[in-house]
Amino acid sequence: MAKFLELDKGTEAGIRELLGQSLRNGQVKAVFALRRTTNGAVNYSLITDPQMMEEAVPLFPSMPSNAGQLLSRLTLKGPVEGPVAVVVRPCELRALVELVKREQGSLEGFLFISFTCPGVYPLKASANGEIEGKQTQYWEAVKSGKVVPEIRPTCRACEHFIPYNADITISLVGNKDVDKRCILFLNTAKGAELVKGVGGKLSEGELETAELHAHREERLAEKKSLYDQGQLSGLGMDGLIEIFSRCIGCRGCRSACPICYCNLCTFDSFDYEYEPSTYEEELKKRGGVRIPPNTIFYHLGRLTHVGISCVGCGSCTDVCPVDIPLSAIFLQVGEAVQKIFDYIPGKDVEEDVPLATFEEVELTEIEE
Amino acid sequence: MADKEYNPKIVGFLCNWCSYAGADLAGSSKLKMPPAISSIRVMCSSRVDPVLIVTAFLRGADGVLVAGCHPGDCHYEKGNYYARRRFALLRKVMETLDLEPERFRLSWISASEGPRFKEVVTEFTEHIKGLGPNPVKEKTSL
Repeated sequence: MAKFLELDKGTEAGIRELLGQSLRNGQVKAVFALRRTTNGAVNYSLITDPQMMEEAVPLFPSMPSNAGQLLSRLTLKGPVEGPVAVVVRPCELRALVELVKREQGSLEGFLFISFTCPGVYPLKASANGEIEGKQTQYWEAVKSGKVVPEIRPTCRACEHFIPYNADITISLVGNKDVDKRCILFLNTAKGAELVKGVGGKLSEGELETAELHAHREERLAEKKSLYDQGQLSGLGMDGLIEIFSRCIGCRGCRSACPICYCNLCTFDSFDYEYEPSTYEEELKKRGGVRIPPNTIFYHLGRLTHVGISCVGCGSCTDVCPVDIPLSAIFLQVGEAVQKIFDYIPGKDVEEDVPLATFEEVELTEIEE
Repeated sequence: MADKEYNPKIVGFLCNWCSYAGADLAGSSKLKMPPAISSIRVMCSSRVDPVLIVTAFLRGADGVLVAGCHPGDCHYEKGNYYARRRFALLRKVMETLDLEPERFRLSWISASEGPRFKEVVTEFTEHIKGLGPNPVKEKTSL
């Protein structure tokens, strides 16, 4: 049985109050959460002024960028002087853990609050207040424990919607009273310490109810249908060329990808620019080449570089200006390569990234 | 092309300490083998980023061979163990996207195994001949 705290108010209001109070009494130095800025945009912010907590919308169903990437950047040159309470989605927390394993940040000083994640709407829906208009429908679906309609395909297909490394897990999916009661599962001593003095009722119960299991089944079915639609098996080079034929080479997917952290990307390297003689050679072979070359190369290369750590957050698809279903490909290829090593990215910070370790006797099937 | 015998083009990434020396031994022992392989000497099989292999395939190589020291014999102690994981990953990526993973081969060949080098090259060349030319060579929209 796990311990949980029940506050007698709506979930988002409860979180806001808990964090506001923690700021006021100095239990945390800062809060990192989504915030609605004065012009209506929703972005991640670091907040130290308890007053400003009024603007925090930690559960807003949008992911302006993967917070794992932001927190890695925040701690790249050294850990925060905590405690800093962080409210992020499970895939964002997983991305941060992956980055920390790759020495791109630190978990030190953070107190992680996450939730059973119902998913987010596509980023493009954040324009013109579209998401705002969908809030009622969103929270009704969350209460029902069903997969929320119109959220991103990657979110629909996500089976890792229960956070792995959170100090506090907020119960959202299937919480019938999400607008009346705030239920916080206290997973660690740090988490339990934070809620001291905030009132409410302490009880014991299970986060992973039968309802949540049923929800997982629904997501798994969604994943299967996403994979079926993607039809990667039998895709082949022609299929890849077709999918990426509309890629404009903006590299937005790479910038938005939390796992792509290199400052100097190999695909921007001068070494991969063709010499005039290379163009000639290629033209002799083919009679025509796409300009600029290397579109397929870039995407295949990125798959081999980040596939092992892909958390399936969907940011790549979200930012793609020509709507290439990148995350469906990355999710499926990523899962295939992760399976070789029985690896779930971002689950355990102590577990090495599979490419940074080995067993002396293994994988003999690939040697010939 | 039609009347001439098809000679595949295979790019071989050979580790300096074992497989390149093995190839050298095969050569100086005058072992006969098909002239299909273009060797690239690398300091260790783990030095070969999978994107180099992707490059070779996209630029039209019919086959790619990576050869290194036998497990346990790496000059740098564990380079080939890392390489093995990396290429298992690459092969899985190719498999998932149906990109002819059978055009890729990973083999361990020591410095003293000239005959084995000959064997691997002969076998792999035959195998690639069976597959025919890499169709990617003709794609114009990569």
